[in-house]
Amino acid sequence: MQAHDGRRRILAGVDRAAQALGLFPGMPLAQAQAMLPGLEIAEADPDGDAQALAQVAAWCVRYTPLTAPDPPDGVWLDVTGGTHLHGGEAGLLADLLGRLTRGGFAARAALAETPGAAHALARYGDPESMIVPPGGCRAALATLPVAALRLAPEVAETLRRVGLDRIGQLAAAPRAPLSRRFGPDLLRRLDQAFGERFEPITPVVPPTMITARRAFAEPLLTAEALTAMIGGLVATVCAALEKSARGARRLDLLFERVDGSVQAVRIGTARPTHAPAHLARLLREQLERVDPGLGVEAMRLVVPLDEPLSPRQGPAVLAGEAAEAADIAGLVDRLANRLGAGRVYRVIPVESDVPERSVRPVPPLAPVPGPRRSASWPLLPRPARLLSPPQPIEALSLLPDQPPAAFVWRRLRHRIRRADGPERIFGEWWKCDGERQAVRDYWRVEDEQGRRFWLYRSGDGSDAATGNLRWFLHGLF
Amino acid sequence: MLEALRARIAGLERRGSARRARVLPFGSPAINAQLPGGGLALGCLHEVAGAGPEVEHGAAAALLIAGLLARSSGCVLWAVERQDLFAPALAGVGLHPDRIVFAEAGPSVLLVMEEGLQHPGLAGVVGEIGGRLGLTASRRLQIAAEASGVVALALRRSRRFDNPALVEPTAAATRWRVACLPSPPPLAHAPETPGLGRARWRLDLIRCRGGEPGTWVVEACDAQGRLALAADVQHRPAAPARRRLG
Repeated sequence: MQAHDGRRRILAGVDRAAQALGLFPGMPLAQAQAMLPGLEIAEADPDGDAQALAQVAAWCVRYTPLTAPDPPDGVWLDVTGGTHLHGGEAGLLADLLGRLTRGGFAARAALAETPGAAHALARYGDPESMIVPPGGCRAALATLPVAALRLAPEVAETLRRVGLDRIGQLAAAPRAPLSRRFGPDLLRRLDQAFGERFEPITPVVPPTMITARRAFAEPLLTAEALTAMIGGLVATVCAALEKSARGARRLDLLFERVDGSVQAVRIGTARPTHAPAHLARLLREQLERVDPGLGVEAMRLVVPLDEPLSPRQGPAVLAGEAAEAADIAGLVDRLANRLGAGRVYRVIPVESDVPERSVRPVPPLAPVPGPRRSASWPLLPRPARLLSPPQPIEALSLLPDQPPAAFVWRRLRHRIRRADGPERIFGEWWKCDGERQAVRDYWRVEDEQGRRFWLYRSGDGSDAATGNLRWFLHGLF
Repeated sequence: MLEALRARIAGLERRGSARRARVLPFGSPAINAQLPGGGLALGCLHEVAGAGPEVEHGAAAALLIAGLLARSSGCVLWAVERQDLFAPALAGVGLHPDRIVFAEAGPSVLLVMEEGLQHPGLAGVVGEIGGRLGLTASRRLQIAAEASGVVALALRRSRRFDNPALVEPTAAATRWRVACLPSPPPLAHAPETPGLGRARWRLDLIRCRGGEPGTWVVEACDAQGRLALAADVQHRPAAPARRRLG
């Protein structure tokens, strides 16, 4: 992309392929065209880029309520406390980068304790995505060039000439001469990167979302005061939702603190709803995660995800099954917000003989498939408890198609009196290559006290490729 | 006159609105006869645990509970610390897993149970409790169950079977222990035939509010969740009739 810098036309941005061929931003256009005659050139559009960046920041609201663009080419996401919802820090980064790449962006990401450190590592860090553990900022930043600290280009150039090339060297140098020579900005950026000086980011609220904000004359400190305010905000938002016949699926409550930082709690519901009592209760349960600091001066409630409300879920009186389903939705919401959405589920059967894969969790309010679904519950008796992973036991059986006479589990010997089987279960070669010939022979056995166990032998006894003939305990009846 | 006295005491004990106490009956009339009301009282907390080494996994206890709930209708909330329940087994005793909402609560099983007991639309709330269930916690569950009329079933589990927390007094209306017994051969006339018949359990009612404790040897839940008194026990000479308290 080419732009005009006042004197001549220069390259404003180059893509990866061009970079590989030796072009860089700032190179004069004429030189670039001389190097590569067939170069494709487009006009730089800084406003369009800024708008696109704001849109990416708005899209990132799916991960956390607090996102802000970091011009010209970055986005900040404050994911404090919310990483478990996306599979941990690594899972969140992987998901984010995956979606951005699929959307056509070339992206790099870094997770660190301070915005300055994250900015530096994302642009100059070595692997494409990296996570810095708490307290590891200094070590991680030490080898990065000083340009990563968001300094003016002349300052960076001067530092390089003086010999302070890397951030580690800069941090080790005495502070007073640096401040005298380069002004206060240099040390401010250094302190911000290491976390000694706090740097707030101002979260962007996409304009299309329903939002309600309330500012307070005096900063609020106590939980009771905040609780009381939640009711008012929820009422306003629910009125707006009702007017457009939509229900909220996700709500973000942002607390703007006196010191400029913003804390957020996020709740989700299984079905779109605009019931103020239910939503207020879910928000109040999350209030203990918020640290008011020196006081909260404003609260803002945002609806990042809303869906049309089907007429069945309206506030009219429902009878029987529909009312019960609505009741369960409220219970599921409260449990899911307290424990985590992945911990509340129903199970459905899966077309698979292998027992540990034969059930699958599904969201609790997903429509139940009808009786003619593809997989159904197995008819043969199955144990109530399934051990995961199956526990190895010592057992000896005389013939391949006989159950063992006794087995030892946890140093206790169980003599087997009766048994039923074998039930042969084949491995699923289409799922896992190693299971191409794997075979398990399951036995339901009862020992002398009457306890029943589900044992299996890996392998059919005649062909060594089907298994190593070891015995395992898989379940208890 | 005795009946009138009994009704008055039952009314005093209920300590609430005079609604007819509803029960969840066992599949066996002999067990129902022993329980006040003819079954497990709804709106109360009941405790079930395995006996001896089975207290660790509580497989039979889980099947007993599932068999009971199979004959009710509606959603069931099953709270566990860690998921090791195998759903096809519950389907095998008649509790269709479509009805169950599982919640992996980690250490907060009691909180989740209380949350669930506030919904009168549920058929039952089951919680697998691995630690203590003292008087205070169980009274909270009992009060929550009374308010909504949902039956609360606590499945006690413990690594050690001599854990003193298992015998601590609680506010549960009934406390049960399930032990496995050797089962008879599947074909009575050909005892050498290999195979497994219906499992056999010893069901101990060790505490019952408003009733007397008892012991039964039963055959495990069938496909509809019903228990049956073991046949060779049924045909014993009749035991002297028990007098009910109250």
